[in-house]
Parts: sequence; C-alpha cells; structure tokens
Amino acid sequence: MSLDEFQKRDFKVVGQRVERPDGIDKVTGRAMYGADAYATGMLVGKMLRSPHAHAIIKSIDTSAAEALAGVKAVVTAADFAPLEAGDAHNVLDACIARKKALYDGHAVAAVAATSEKIAKAAVKLIEVEYEILPHVTEIEDALKLDAPIVQEGFRNKKIPADMSDNASNYYQFGHGDVDAGFERADLVIERKFRTAATHQGYIEPHACLASMGPDGKGDLWCCTQGQYYVRALCAQIMAMPESQLRVTASEIGGGFGGKTTIFIEPIALKLSQKSGRPVKIVMSREEVFKASGPTVSSVTDVKIGMTKDGRITAGDAYLRYQGGAFPNITCYLGAQSAFAAYDLEAVRTVGINVLTNRPKQAAYRAPGAPMAIYAVESVVDEMCQELGLDPLEVRLLNAAKKGTKSSYGPTFDDIGLVATLEAAKAHPHYCAPLGPNQGRGLSCGFWFNFGGNTSVSLNINFDGTVGVTEGNPDIGGSRASISMMAAEELGIPYDKVRTIVTDTNSLGHNDVTDGSRVTFAVGLATIKAARAAIREMCNRCAKLWDIDEDAVVWKDGFAKPAGPNAGDYEPMSLAEIAAKSPNTGGPIAGHFEVNADGAGVSFGVHLCDIEVDPETGFTKVLRYTVFQDAGKAVHPDYVEGQMQGGAAQGIGWALNEEYIYGADGRLQNAGFLDYRVPVASDLPKIDTVILEIPNPGHPYGVRGVGETPIVPPLAAVSNAMAQAIGTRMFELPMSPPKVLKAIKAARG
Amino acid sequence: MRYTAPSTTAEAVNLLASNPDGARILAGGTDLLVQLRAGIIAPELLIDIKHINGLRDIVAEDGGLRIGAAVSGAELGEHEAARALWPGVVEAAELIGSTQVQGRCTIVGNLCNASPAADSVPAMVAAGAIARVIGPNGSRDCAVGEIPVAPGRNSLAPGEFITSILLPARVEHASDAYLRFIPRTEMDIAVCSAGVSLKLDKSGICVAARVALGAVAPTVLLVEEAADALIGTTLDEAALADLANACAQASAPIDDKRGTVEFRTEVVGVLAKRAALIAKARALGETS
Amino acid sequence: MSKIHVTTTINNDPAEFLCEAEDTLLDVLRDTLRLSGAKEGCGSGDCGACSVTLDGRLVCACLVLAAEVEGAKIDTIEGMSDGENLHILQKKFLEHAALQCGICTPGILVASKALLKKNPDPTESEVRLWLAGNLCRCTGYDKIINAVMDAAAEMRGLE
Repeated sequence: MSLDEFQKRDFKVVGQRVERPDGIDKVTGRAMYGADAYATGMLVGKMLRSPHAHAIIKSIDTSAAEALAGVKAVVTAADFAPLEAGDAHNVLDACIARKKALYDGHAVAAVAATSEKIAKAAVKLIEVEYEILPHVTEIEDALKLDAPIVQEGFRNKKIPADMSDNASNYYQFGHGDVDAGFERADLVIERKFRTAATHQGYIEPHACLASMGPDGKGDLWCCTQGQYYVRALCAQIMAMPESQLRVTASEIGGGFGGKTTIFIEPIALKLSQKSGRPVKIVMSREEVFKASGPTVSSVTDVKIGMTKDGRITAGDAYLRYQGGAFPNITCYLGAQSAFAAYDLEAVRTVGINVLTNRPKQAAYRAPGAPMAIYAVESVVDEMCQELGLDPLEVRLLNAAKKGTKSSYGPTFDDIGLVATLEAAKAHPHYCAPLGPNQGRGLSCGFWFNFGGNTSVSLNINFDGTVGVTEGNPDIGGSRASISMMAAEELGIPYDKVRTIVTDTNSLGHNDVTDGSRVTFAVGLATIKAARAAIREMCNRCAKLWDIDEDAVVWKDGFAKPAGPNAGDYEPMSLAEIAAKSPNTGGPIAGHFEVNADGAGVSFGVHLCDIEVDPETGFTKVLRYTVFQDAGKAVHPDYVEGQMQGGAAQGIGWALNEEYIYGADGRLQNAGFLDYRVPVASDLPKIDTVILEIPNPGHPYGVRGVGETPIVPPLAAVSNAMAQAIGTRMFELPMSPPKVLKAIKAARG
Repeated sequence: MRYTAPSTTAEAVNLLASNPDGARILAGGTDLLVQLRAGIIAPELLIDIKHINGLRDIVAEDGGLRIGAAVSGAELGEHEAARALWPGVVEAAELIGSTQVQGRCTIVGNLCNASPAADSVPAMVAAGAIARVIGPNGSRDCAVGEIPVAPGRNSLAPGEFITSILLPARVEHASDAYLRFIPRTEMDIAVCSAGVSLKLDKSGICVAARVALGAVAPTVLLVEEAADALIGTTLDEAALADLANACAQASAPIDDKRGTVEFRTEVVGVLAKRAALIAKARALGETS
Repeated sequence: MSKIHVTTTINNDPAEFLCEAEDTLLDVLRDTLRLSGAKEGCGSGDCGACSVTLDGRLVCACLVLAAEVEGAKIDTIEGMSDGENLHILQKKFLEHAALQCGICTPGILVASKALLKKNPDPTESEVRLWLAGNLCRCTGYDKIINAVMDAAAEMRGLE
C-alpha cells in the first residue's frame, strides 16, 4: 500500500484539543491583521466610487485633486494597460471601472495623500462626467430580451435564444432518462425557489499596504485567503514578473471565500508606484458591502419524481444565478451539487449565469451549493409530507453511497452520508416533542472539497524542535492542525512544532485557502514533508551506525534498526539526531510539493427546530444540531467551530440576510445595521456530532470540513418553517414580513 | 470642524446661537458620529454638553424625575427609581442600540435625531414627558411629541437645545410598557413600535390611557382612538381588537428595507395589544 | 487649525496625544498610539470590534470622539492581561477555542470583562444579550458563550 493512502492508526496528537499557536496574539490584541500594518512615509489611499448602477464614464477630471496639497498620486483605469480577455482582465475591470461604471460602488478613481482627511477631500475634488444608462439588478429582468445589457461578449453559445445577452455561462450535468423517470413516479412536484444575494460578512474589511520601488520590485501586505493568487493577479495587472512582487498575508479577520480575490490591491500598488511611497488602503464597511464580492442570488426550478414508498425516480433542476457584472462559475458548482446527496438513476441539472449591475460575486463558503440544495431539499421534504413518509427515512432510502454514480459524474468512494443520517436518526433531537407554532426541519448538505497545489517545508532545528512553513492563510485554526499532523508523524509533542504561514517568495506555490482544502492538502503535504525528513534522519542514523539506509526505521519519534538482523543499536530520538546533524551532513529538512487529489467529498445533515410568532412572523431558532463527516477530526474544537459557524451563517441566510436594491439600482443596506447577520442572542446552542468515515485519499483519513455546514441550514430552516406555519415558503430570506404574509395567505 | 466642551448652558447657548448653521450639540454622539462619518452632516462646531453641570443627573421633581440630556441609556437603566416609575420609558431607552451604544446614547439625542423609529420616543410620548428647551430667549417646556416634525427634523429654533426631560409623577394603579418589532433579537431599528401608558381604577377598569406608535408615520403618532378603545374596559379581547384596529387605522407607514406597509400596519396593533397587557399587569402590581 | 491636546489615562498609564476634532477615539488608539488591538469592523457602532471601556463604561471607540476623552480613563485589550499573566477570560477563550479568525476577539473580551464586572453570575441568555453588539461571523457564538460562562464561574470561585 502506498503511503499516500489512508492507513488506520492510533493517533497520539491528532484528535486532541490543543491550544492554537496564534492564540495568545489573538486574545491580547497583538495579532496583525490587514489594517494593522504601518510603514514609514505611508500614504492613505481612498477610492472614488460610482453612485450609479450603470453609466458610461465620459470623462474624469482629476486636476483639482492632484493640485490639493498633500495629494501624492491619483489613479484611474487609464493608468493600467489593458489586459487580454480573461480572469485578470475582469478582476481589474471590477477593481476600477474603465469605460462604464457597472454597479453602485464601482471604483472610478483613487487618490493617495498624506492623511485620511486630505485623501477624503481629494476624492471629492475629482469630477466624473457620467452618462447614465438603464440598469438591471434582478435575474428575471436581466434575462428579458429587451433588458439593458451589462456587458457584451460573454454569451455562451448554448444559452437559449429567448434569453438576453446578459446570460453568460451555461453548464449541464446528469445521466439517465429523466423523462422516463418522471413517468415511473407516483408523485411529481415542481417548484420555483428564489434566494437573495448574501455577503460573507467577515468582520475585517479588506485592507492592504503596498510598496512599489522605482526598481520595479514590490511588496504587498494584505488580508487574503491566498497570497499566491493575489501575486499572480497583481503581477499581471501591474505588468511585472511574479518574482518581483512579494505578497505577505496578514492575519485574516474572516474570509469565507470573500477574500479569495482582490479589490483594492492593484490600486494600492499603482498609487505606490506613482507616488514612490507606501500606500495603505482600508475599505469602509459600506465599501465592503458595495464593492467586494457577495455571493449570487438565484432562481431555481426543481422537479422531482418519487414513488409512493419514497424512491426518487428522477430529478431535474434549472438554475439561474446572477453574480454581478462579470461571468463566473458559481452556477456550475450549483448545478453539480444540487442532487449530490442522492443515488439517482436519472438526473439533469442546468446552470446559467446572468450578468446584472451588481458587484462581481466572490466565493462564499460552498459557493453555489446552498441555494441549489435548498431547492432540492425543500421539494424532497414537501414530497415526504405529501406522501406521509419520514423525511429521514426517505433520505436514507435514496442516499448516495460508495459506488453511487454522482449526479455530476464521478463515482463516489467511501462517503459518510448514510452514517451521518443514521446518527441524526438516533439522536434525541430527532424525536423530541414540539409545541404549538414550532416546526422541525431536516436537510442534507454536500461539498466537493478540494486539494490543489500545495508546498510545505519542514525544518528539523538543531535543538530537536520543528518548524513547518506553509503558504495558506489560517482562517480557522489550521496552523494548529498542521502542527498536530507534523507532531503526529514525527512522533514528537505538539509543543515542539511551530507552523507559520509565509510569504510568496519564501515557499513554492500554494493555491488559495478555499475549497476546504487546507487541513486536507497542506496536512497531506506536511505529513509527506515529515516523512521526507524522517527518511533523512534514518539515513543519518544509518551513517552513524554504518548500516544500510533501508535497515533503519522510524517509530514513535525514534530511529531504530529495522530488526535483529540490522544490528543492535540504541534507538535515537529526533532530538539526538538533530543535535548530531551538523556533523552528519548538515541541517535536516523535509519538503513536499503536490497538486493534491483525493480530497474526499463531505456530507452533513442538519436538524433545526424553530418557533414562529404567528402574529408577527418572527422566527426563533430553538434547537440546532449539526451532524457531519470529518473523515478524521484533527482538532475537534475547530471542526466543531466550522460546523457551528457554517450553521450560523446559513441560518442568517435563511432568515434575514439579503442584498436589497432600490429602483435606482443602488444598494440600500450597505452596513451591519440593515444587513442582518445573526447576533449572539439570535442563536441557540448549536450542537455538533462529528462522524469519522476516513477519506481514502489522505494518510490520516482527513476530509475538509469548512464548507459543507453552510449548505443544509437554508432548507433545514425552511422545512421547519413549513411545519411551524403550516404552509411552505419558496423564497429566502424568510424575513418576518414574508412569513406573516405566508401565514395570512394560508389562512385565506 | 472644531470641538468645544462648555461648562454652562449659557455658554452652550451662546456658541449655538453664534453658529446658527454650523453648530451641533454632542451628547452621546451615537447618531451624530455616524452621520459625520457618512458625510450626511458637516458641522463647523461640535458643542459637547456632557461637562455642563447637572446634565448628567437624574433628579426627583414633583413626584416625577428630571433626566439630564447627557444621561446615557445605561445610566437610566441602572436608576431604580426611574425603572419603578416609568418602566416602559426605561425599557424603551434600553432598546437603543447595543450594550456599547447604551453606554453613550441619550433619550434626548434619540428625540432630537427625529427618526420616526426612535425607540424611546413613543414611550416618552405615551408617558406625557416634557422636554425642557433652552435657547437665546431663556428656557421653555415642550411636550416631547412636539419636538420631531419630520424624519431627521426637529422643531428646535436656532440656538435652542434640550437640557432635560421630565418624566411626570404617576398616580396609583398606573403604569406603562413599550414594545418594538425587529427581525433579529437585537441591533435593529424598530420596524414598528408601540408605547402604552394607562391608569386603572380600583376595579381594574382602564380610566386613562395614552397610546403612541413608532415607525408607522413620519413622526411618532399619539393615537387617541387607540386610547379610547382601552378606556372603560378591562382590556378584554374586544377592547384589544378595537385597539389594534385603531392603531392600524391611524398608521400611514411606508415600504422600505425594514418592512412593508402591510406588515407595519398589522404588527403595530399586535404590539400595542401586547404592550397594553404588560402595562396593565404592571399597574396591577403583578409584574415589574 | 491647530490640533487638540488631550491628556488621558490608557490601561492605567498616563497618555497624551494631539488630535483633530473629527478624529474618533478609535482613530487615535490605532493610528496615533498604535494600540491596534481595537479593530474597525464598521465605524458605525454596529459590530463591537472596537469595544473599549471609557471610565468603566463599555463603548465603541468608533462612536467616541478623541477630544471627548480628556481626563478620562480608557481600558483596551492591550491592558487586559497583567504582564505575562493572561486574564481568566483570555485563558478561557483559548481553552474553549472561542475564536477562529480572532478579529472580533479583542472586542468580545473587553465586552465580556465589562459584563462580569457588572454581573458576576450571568445566565447564558444574559451573556448572549450583552454581547449582541459584538458580531462574530466565524464561531456561531457557541464556544464564546461557553468560555464566558466558564470564566465567570472561575472568577466567582476566586472571590
């Protein structure tokens, strides 16, 4: 068996609840986040943003701003050389408008000045002449043939003829004969669902500090989920070689996918280049809402056929997502994930992206999946109600399992859905009594998980301690889990290891911290790097003992002879080998680089109890339990934390969070006052049950856990709502006015 | 912009009067600083009144309480006598913002900001609270309900500001309550709200009532028909239904990001009913 | 326009600074005094990440003008531990894994300390309501509440 693959073992460090290495800094205020960096001679950068949803920029006059004392640079799109079509082109266009302002809050110019006050005054002195165009912010409006066209040139050739040129991407997945499947069904239900755009809502606004020298070398400090991707984009936009731009990721104050791309970084670099001074830009909260990337809003039609004993005969989903003024693949992920929890003979999903005058969407935790699965899980729930079947039993009956050909193509290996459902079924929550106006909802959730390009370096210090260098910003405790896996593999205590996240120029490439990939892929690379170091340590012992390299093995932190034939030598500890290393060939290190595969998909099941005030439509979440397969929970506290945090975000999405646009195309709730994320008193205790069905693709069986937990709450809350108010709602968020309206409509 | 912290009301009045367009009073600042930052206002001068003698005090007066303009929500909430006398007003004041905002916000600021959704205002109007206004021509007293005239606009003349609010004395078998609706449990602006103050006779029949509604009109509404629905009743179901009806009739709300006309019109009556029952229970000494 | 000179006490140490009338306490703490433990999450009092105490009262530093703190006593996250000795709340936050990204943590710790001073034996719902002005987007609040409850119990035991 290859060492790549899962091997059962008794863990000593993995699975413990150790204190995180960055903990002290974070409870004392010392941790350095994006806005916490200061540099000598630093200028303050500020953006001027379009107040119009859609407008041609006829001219920009920056002369008055430039003339203001203390202003050191002004930047517009004209300062950036146009790029060829592609990601970087779209990212730059989203960062700063070139010909048209495409959404309310789209940056059109920026200044760098010696103080915040001067920068603000300078921004006001920039004169922009706009020609206001008709705008469109809603999916169905944007698809009409007479809709204002946001951007030309993105239409996929498969887009149906009855849709406007705002329709861009088109994807289709599935297998089997869907129509024949519906024929076989005893009950077919088709419904339309809508979800509002939501924002990741990280508490730390985007911030960066850029420094460009006249020699063409640059340094960039920013809060990001992926410094290497920031470097790649910024280098392209700045027309500089990647080697000359060093990007350092600050501590990150939440990301959830929203910090996988850039919004202000190239502007800061350009301002720095023009002024010859370091430039810091910190977004305001209003800018975060208006001009970073929320997730998509959606309209989804779902049709499911079921036999009267609960077997699903066919599933069909038709998704239309809007993610702002630029094309994106979120509907691709939605179309793939919609029916992933089910073992289906016939399934078809189509996803279409629609351009609107809204900010360019960014990833948000399991991008595309929550809204698609909400629609499917709602219809499954309704069918169970209709047929008088237990919703959990029906899920079990149809659950995807090892060998299932997934709705999006691949055949599943070992997966944890059935175990997770069984755990929910056995849990006291599932059969606890409910009172009047209360309801219980259930939903499955899924995320693909991801591996990706990863580099890790592991150094054995002369004193027998270990340094691990990785390149993925730690958004939820990953430095702890990486240290734990290094300690586990090396057979040394956790506190002998320190893991740091390094800059782009100190380690090989690492993909963005996304796709729930870090504990899996960086963990895998760390284990492999440790194994490389172990190999070397064994070789050093072989040299000292003068025996064959193959005759030395590693066990529990010691090198020792492989067996009696190898010779009788006292085992040597890591510390002893490290101490001798200057005399046995020099420093010992291990490193590993991989484009990791085998991430192993993740499933979760959520149970949610709510109570609705029938006179006001107010919803209180009474009880919530999350069941999820973690493969192997490296640090259970942070696995639970992911499950709880994802559930909380999903509950917010289900009940109150939404982007609200006015008729003028402007965002009306660009602040935490009216973009209503759950506060502490909104939520009950969120119970967690971790299942461990090992991922065959990881040495310790680890699966990513971060994204799946945001998927089920949408349908779990909605299904609970259907029971609590006796009628089903088809739109998120289920804010009180909508709930009260549904209650009154049901009363007739 | 300049900042000044006068130590007397006379000084503050002078400063205010000599900068008729460009001066703003700063007490708790929880609205003012937000508006400054958003660029909604750009005053030349901020007059911090927290250092003026007496403005941070709560003092007994004619059986009632005089609340200084710089008394924070948290300080009011910690004042046992205020809680006992006007529990509805105090609970309303305590709903202004988070714990952090409570540490700074004032009921006078809440009033002068003139938001139709201000939490403390319906409760104060129901309580018949009186604002003491000082200005170049001396001081005057004014019913709280006359201060806001439109969203974001108050009736204070140039050079005037409010130094205190008098919560009047209360007779026996009387009490008040305030309820608001928000989508979350905290941190939201009222979608609609109701303050009810009432007096019962010995047999438990309502003999006087004031019902004030928030966020269903450009300013807080004092609804006489709603009060009439309660007077002469024991707050039985029919009376409460009449109350809710009267509230709905009087409401003229708008659709906005926080709620719909339909929702506000319906829910404001629900809140009024519930607040009336709480006020009644308090008046009967059943709850505090 | 000359700057305003302010004399104050921060974390029991005397402090002086110059500010402009529009500078907030948060601006000065972070950009002038480089006490960047208080974070700006919103600048409008909606997130609590800049929580500090002002004369013992919990406030958002973004909703206080720097000029207002003349003669006042301010406590920030930087003054919470006693040298190397963490405050019980800080220890409990680590022990209970009550933080993920950590950006809200300084504000929540300051707010929790203010709560336990006022109410040493809060119920879970009292903790949740007190902390409603401190947004956390990572944890779902569960472990934060556990940490505060546990810290409260331990602090009561010490008295």
